[in-house]
Amino acid sequence: MYAKIDSGDTAWVLISAALVMLMTPGLAFFYGGLVRRKNYLSVLMQCFIALAALSIQWVIFGYSLSFAPGNSFIGGLQWFGLKGVGLEPYAAYSATIPHQAFMIFQAMFAIITPALIIGAFAERMKFSAYLVFILLWATFVYDPIAHWVWGSGGWLRNMGVMDFAGGTVVHINAGIAALVTALIIGKRTCYDKYAIAPHNLPFSVLGAALLWFGWFGFNAGSALAANGIAVNAFVVTNTAGAVAALTWALIDWKLNGNPTMLGTISGAVAGLAAITPAAGFVGIGAALIIGIAASIFCFIAVSFVKRTFHYDDSLDAFGVHGISGFWGTLATGLFASKAINQAGADGLLAGNSKQFFVQLIAAVATVAYAFIGTYIIYKLIDAVIGVRATEEDEAIGLDLAEHNERAYTMLE
Amino acid sequence: MKLIIAIIQPHRLEQVKEELYKEEVNLITVSEVLGHGRQKGVTEVYRGVRETGNLLRKVRLEIAVNENFVERTIKAIMTGAKTGQTGDGKIFVIDLPECIRIRTGERGGEAIG
Repeated sequence: MYAKIDSGDTAWVLISAALVMLMTPGLAFFYGGLVRRKNYLSVLMQCFIALAALSIQWVIFGYSLSFAPGNSFIGGLQWFGLKGVGLEPYAAYSATIPHQAFMIFQAMFAIITPALIIGAFAERMKFSAYLVFILLWATFVYDPIAHWVWGSGGWLRNMGVMDFAGGTVVHINAGIAALVTALIIGKRTCYDKYAIAPHNLPFSVLGAALLWFGWFGFNAGSALAANGIAVNAFVVTNTAGAVAALTWALIDWKLNGNPTMLGTISGAVAGLAAITPAAGFVGIGAALIIGIAASIFCFIAVSFVKRTFHYDDSLDAFGVHGISGFWGTLATGLFASKAINQAGADGLLAGNSKQFFVQLIAAVATVAYAFIGTYIIYKLIDAVIGVRATEEDEAIGLDLAEHNERAYTMLE
Repeated sequence: MKLIIAIIQPHRLEQVKEELYKEEVNLITVSEVLGHGRQKGVTEVYRGVRETGNLLRKVRLEIAVNENFVERTIKAIMTGAKTGQTGDGKIFVIDLPECIRIRTGERGGEAIG
């Protein structure tokens, strides 16, 4: 009865789902190391609760809204509670693995994407508001955009957009949400008084390493099969992350005098994010260019744009994910080649300028929808329960104020 | 010369620093310490946040000043550190017989500023 199921493909997708799951705690450490120690647990908690809450949202209705057949804007509710999402393949998405394997792989994307936004409002958002925010954002922003790009019937999918593993759905989407929330919630109270230093960079390095590791599942797993495309995605992912890490370190060295650990891991994340939409469609040469440019663009965003416009995107969720997601989505339209992936399309450099414009439309549409959707959701929550922690709680630290716990003791 | 030692709530440090700068007191040493006051640190609640345990986290300030700065420094610490709740801390003022600037060898009031 399950004759069409391929055991190798299924095994790889399940392992990939587990790899992507690990990215959310990885992100927690990456972000957690960058905040002050009085807010460490609050960031770990925000990431971990995303894993818990959004897993449930996904199996109850999130998967249905994203992937069930519906209109071009959003999926239907016929897969509510995974009704009809069984152990046989669903050919429109993946013909050789059980439908539920595809579902749980996608669940991990739906979990980490809202968690990426934490970097923008870290150290000053009430936990209650955060919890409501990610649930509403996942439902009204993530799920529709996932449907546009990946869901059968989605308008961008029908237009032929190429987003292999989430340049639009994940990185632009979360990056823009980050920019919006950073702008509305305002700067941390002491932002203008002194530089806020990361409390534990080694944790950030651990987090970045886990992200890099998990990214193999994110990108190579998105082939949804244990095949050549998966191998291509694996190789270009590693290449882009590596060259971007190196590039950022060199920029740091040249402009600031020292190659920094924080710069190097920021570069790695920028490169990995930028290659995400392109991973299944481009080769090594393009991966190198995408990675190098990702670090250059993100460095400019983080070092100059943020300073010039004076917003407190605390951990650079927009500066790294938003910018590299946008670049990667366009770069896919530049460098894609049917020589790499028959099922894809050629990009601008192979003479297909139309694909570049499709990518541009997808990127701009995601920016616009994420911007408006995030704004409305934030304002709504702010009006009902208030989003920002009190100044006193911010001074005490969210660990103690929101969770009555501390990350570190002093003597014992 | 006096040495002013203040034990304050950690989360009031920023305000205290600001008040001190306003009074042109710019030389300050800060350390993180553990301790407890009259309530023996069994339980401390500030703004709904309950802390239990023997010893509570505090911040200790050390500021050496000339006589004409003593009251201004005390006032600045009071203004910045006071929440009106238990656990706001204490200020100790003690005589300081000597002060030497290592770089120049200057002594006394000259060396303090």
